[in-house]
Amino acid sequence: MSVNTGGPRVGLFVTCLVDLLRPNVGFAAVKLLEDAGCRVEVPGGLTCCGQPAYNSGDLTDARALAKQTIQALESCDYVVLPSGSCAGMLRLYPELFAAEPAWQSRAQQLAERSYELTSFLVDVLHWDAVEAEFPASATYHDACSGLRQLGVKRQPRQLLDKVSGLELREMRDTEVCCGFGGTFCVKYPDISTRMVDDKIANIAETGAQAVLAGELGCLLNIAGRLRRQGSPVRAYHVAEVLAGMTDDGIGGEEA
Amino acid sequence: MKSTAHLFTEQARAALADDSLQAALRRAKSGFIDKRAAAIAAFPDFDGLRERGRRIKDHTLAHLDHYLERFADAVEACGGHVHWARDADEARRAVLDICQRAQARSVIKGKTMVGEEIGINGALEQAGLEVVETDLGEYIIQLAKEPPSHIIAPAVHKTRAQICQLFAEHHGSTAALREAPELVAEARAILREKFLAADVGITGGNFLVAETGTVVLVTNEGNGDLSLTLPRVHIVLAGIEKLVPTLDDAATMVRLLARSATGQEISTYTTFVTGPRRANEPEGPDEYHVVLLDNGRARMLADEFREMLRCIRCGACLNHCPVYSAIGGHAYGWVYPGPMGSVLTPQFIGLDGTKDLPNACTLNGRCQDVCPVKIPLPGLLRRLRDLQFERRIIRGPQRWALRLWGWVARRPRLYHRLTALAARFAPRGAARRLPLDPGWTRSRDFPLPKGRTFQSAWQERQRQENGHG
Repeated sequence: MSVNTGGPRVGLFVTCLVDLLRPNVGFAAVKLLEDAGCRVEVPGGLTCCGQPAYNSGDLTDARALAKQTIQALESCDYVVLPSGSCAGMLRLYPELFAAEPAWQSRAQQLAERSYELTSFLVDVLHWDAVEAEFPASATYHDACSGLRQLGVKRQPRQLLDKVSGLELREMRDTEVCCGFGGTFCVKYPDISTRMVDDKIANIAETGAQAVLAGELGCLLNIAGRLRRQGSPVRAYHVAEVLAGMTDDGIGGEEA
Repeated sequence: MKSTAHLFTEQARAALADDSLQAALRRAKSGFIDKRAAAIAAFPDFDGLRERGRRIKDHTLAHLDHYLERFADAVEACGGHVHWARDADEARRAVLDICQRAQARSVIKGKTMVGEEIGINGALEQAGLEVVETDLGEYIIQLAKEPPSHIIAPAVHKTRAQICQLFAEHHGSTAALREAPELVAEARAILREKFLAADVGITGGNFLVAETGTVVLVTNEGNGDLSLTLPRVHIVLAGIEKLVPTLDDAATMVRLLARSATGQEISTYTTFVTGPRRANEPEGPDEYHVVLLDNGRARMLADEFREMLRCIRCGACLNHCPVYSAIGGHAYGWVYPGPMGSVLTPQFIGLDGTKDLPNACTLNGRCQDVCPVKIPLPGLLRRLRDLQFERRIIRGPQRWALRLWGWVARRPRLYHRLTALAARFAPRGAARRLPLDPGWTRSRDFPLPKGRTFQSAWQERQRQENGHG
């Protein structure tokens, strides 16, 4: 455990996808936050931020999950998520409680303290003392919610710039959606596949050995398609590279 | 126009498999996006202009009754006539009455999306009138008997080879592949005769100016000007949301429209029409009519979809939508495609039968970023999903899967036990097939859990540290 006792208390909400499918991203986030001087807490009452329910019109469940999340994180100085869309969801919580003013003000307080991981490190802590090595070329996909809702664009690049050995090659249309879109990718698999193929063509054009992003949903989509095509390009969450905790990539065999 | 929006999934699949369509879409997409980006980079404060545009439209919509009355008074004062149409049927009847009173036999049309919305061509043809589209794109799809697939580039889905083929069939010219200027010249020669012979010209209206009764019309081919000056009768078809208070406001909107739509500083022809020909004027129609269509717009004015009425029909949201770029406009199944259409179509023809439209969107937000009047399109599409869920239009497996997920996720202890079990017993690596998978593994492997969830591994780490501490 970190020896820091004076740093901010950060509630880490790893997100449901990371919790189940890529725990390594959670531990990478812990390492980065501790390196930056934070005391990390992971409240047990967290499951899912409610984004799938919210985006599918199921407002009853979205509100219930929002309340659960608000309660679990109320005692932390900051809340950090390794996902732009889930951090964006927490920022939207106040809209869910137009009819419940007490909850709305609690939601507002949470929203104001919630950040996407790279944005928290750079914009709030002004920390970029990354110590990691990744001797490969990589390209970075700007996931939509982080980019457009939270303005995450420069922060991951500033941090990646400090990773020794890493050569960042920007791809064409890096700001265009990869076709994940939450439930979109299973409701409209044909359209989604065409979109991820366009993304993969742009990745391939750079010749990069790895694709990085700050959003596990997009990465599952991109990695799943890369694996199906037998591509050697590996996919990592940006936190894994920044923490120097890379294996054989998302969807790989290594545990 | 009869909607096929309920066949969205099938239509999208067919569009993805249509090589000519894909070639046409690929070419169009980069053209629109690059030109708009260049025009906006050359403008000092485009976001400020967008903000002004948003305010003008919001102000007008907040006082729409007042501005509509002022506009109507001004049109009447300069010798024109205003016709109020509550729905498509009333609008069609108003146009037909005007044509019949004028004993018209032939009608030429400039591009009008409201014309598509009310199906005016079919109604006029049924009444025995000849109808000829004069916008080149509209002319092409009229020959092909297809609806437009884009609100400003109606034939964007057609390749040059397909157009050569169509012209050969209808004009008796050669079917060999020819260059665009030659095709344009051929269409122009044919349309010129139609212009000169027409009794009635029908156009849309991009902006209606309340203070002067002026209709602002934007085109790049000049066909709008010919359609409204040559025939004896000019009819404007426009939605009631097209109002702006003043000529200055119209100028702001034109600057936004041209840059957002085609990346031009200003359209090639920007025409201000105020009434019929006056006694001392050499040209213009004897009769001038404006048909103002409600068709659900007044209802939107009063509900949470009011912001959609700011739309100026520039098409930027279509051009920047990755879903539209993949499947084109016809897959959406009605008049208005892409993000703006997916909000509007359920308003005009109802939530039933348009179930896919709000859902066939990744909520990536690019449409909102490029919208010249800052319409929160993803938010409105999301709101439509709320209504679908409320009214049980979303049913079956999708609904109960969502509720079941919600039920478990609201019970953290149960949730973490179940996910820990799933992580422990899942095979390693990535799955090529998954049970109960609605569509992921058709084209993608699914990366599987790695033995432990983060939560269980974290708790063990905490226990070890406390034990050692």
